[in-house]
Amino acid sequence: MSLRSSLGQIRGLGSARSGTHHWWHQRLTALALIPLSVWFIAAVVGLTGAEHARVAGWLGSSVTATLMILLMAATFYHLKLGLQVVIEDYVHAEWLKLTAVIVVTFACLVLGLATVLAVLSLWLGG
Amino acid sequence: MTQANQPLSPHLQIYRPQITSVLSILHRLTGVALGVGALLLAWWVIAAAAGAQPFAGAQAFLASWLGRLILLGFSFALFYHLLNGIRHLFWDMGKGFEIGTTRASGWAVVVLSLGFTLLAWLLGYVLRGGP
Repeated sequence: MSLRSSLGQIRGLGSARSGTHHWWHQRLTALALIPLSVWFIAAVVGLTGAEHARVAGWLGSSVTATLMILLMAATFYHLKLGLQVVIEDYVHAEWLKLTAVIVVTFACLVLGLATVLAVLSLWLGG
Repeated sequence: MTQANQPLSPHLQIYRPQITSVLSILHRLTGVALGVGALLLAWWVIAAAAGAQPFAGAQAFLASWLGRLILLGFSFALFYHLLNGIRHLFWDMGKGFEIGTTRASGWAVVVLSLGFTLLAWLLGYVLRGGP
């Protein structure tokens, strides 16, 4: 049994795998998401009940496609950063924590990329 | 772990829930919920690119009672996380930490997110021309 406190045991070991990089990127994406999500909510409310041609035309216009790609990139990166913090806070088994973070990272990457490609295909191929 | 019985802070279970602590955990919960919402959004966009038929399927699900319930939760979670996120950004700048201010800004976030959710749905139904 160690008589040292938990804090004493970890002091001097350096940062937990990263410095302020994670925190800062979460704030940067949060800042970007303020105008992007307000724009998206307003647009989607305006599209209530719209049929396919109208939505595809909207997504395929250059302004929408550009904003949509920015929204998707910021959303899925912000989601990855946020879910990672939640996992690291509540999952204590090292292998499960690592597995969950890897799954979240890959899922956000794949979903973000797939959505951006869908927007690009409507923009350039539509 | 030989120190398992050593008291570690914070003892969440002995605290009376307060507006600040409830909104704090709600920020996390809505963040995770928005992750599910992002799945839905990805499906909607990919369906739109896939063609009229897949998109009609996505729209039909979103217009069903279950789809609308999910969208209602999604919209509230988005407004709440957006507004409370702005509150967090002010804290990151070191502003608004006074106890009275944190309570007032917290209640403002609750009222505004409920109000914006209601407004968005009212507008949606008006534009759609009825339920």
